Amino acid sequence: MEYLSINGRDEVSESVITKEMKDAIGVESDPVVYQIEEGAILRFAEAIGDTNPIFNDKNEASKTKYGGIVAPPTFLRSIAHVKAPEPKVQVKSPYPANVDGGSEWEYFEPIKVGDTITATSYLADINERKGGKFGSMLIMVRETKYINQHGTVAALQRTTGISYQPPE
Amino acid sequence: MEQTYFEDVEEGSSLPTVRKDPTSQQLVKYAGASGDFYQIHYDVGFAKNNGLPDIILHGALKNAFLGQLMTDYAGHEGTLKKLSVQYRAMDIPGTPVFAKGTVKKKYVKDGENFVECEIWLENHEGKSTTPGYGIVTLPNK
Repeated sequence: MEYLSINGRDEVSESVITKEMKDAIGVESDPVVYQIEEGAILRFAEAIGDTNPIFNDKNEASKTKYGGIVAPPTFLRSIAHVKAPEPKVQVKSPYPANVDGGSEWEYFEPIKVGDTITATSYLADINERKGGKFGSMLIMVRETKYINQHGTVAALQRTTGISYQPPE
Repeated sequence: MEQTYFEDVEEGSSLPTVRKDPTSQQLVKYAGASGDFYQIHYDVGFAKNNGLPDIILHGALKNAFLGQLMTDYAGHEGTLKKLSVQYRAMDIPGTPVFAKGTVKKKYVKDGENFVECEIWLENHEGKSTTPGYGIVTLPNK
């Protein structure tokens, strides 16, 4: 467990991970298709304050190996907010509070203006932690696969969601 | 943008630091551009009712800052291959944050020049709030 520093030892107690949760691992969502628009990339680059010409300037970007504007590394995270790939099996945590634990990205192809990206996601892993500094936690890792119009996996994203029972 | 070449990379060396000065306005812009409208990022009352000291930076915005660290380092001829971040502590707007990194390892694999970096976001008190790692490939001279 490396997401948060935990001081307490695990207590032996009943697992909150149900059979339904375990069965949800690996079940792929229906695909969601996104068009990559120039305006969305420009707005995203402006919002994160990244002035790199490959994310902002059509003329400058056309002189690079990309041949045009490409998306900043974390841009794909934003397209799924409009309509996210919905899990076929909803996994409901018994804990009330949620935090974003982190993200891991792997990149294979640049995301270019005009691309059509098909995203699917699935629950990759589920773990729990009892009686730590942050109370009891359920840790869910969800993987999203982004495939471009050429059928190539352009990027993989693994996000760690932590739900927890705040200590009394 | 200055290009870094594989031959010039030394293990243990530092990446050029990227300073960011996030404001409440930037958090609103990021909410709009990313579609993440969770109110802890722009509504002080909502944030305080949720036990937070103030509005806090989106984890994904910090991820973007560390992404910039790596794409600045890779330059236009290099390529970002992997980016991993863990949100360990909160950051609030109004004070600068610094995206930093050091080169851990360089190697050639399948004809490509890989550079692995330890990266982190540091707050104005010098504390790392968001550790991670990044891997780029760099061109030869």
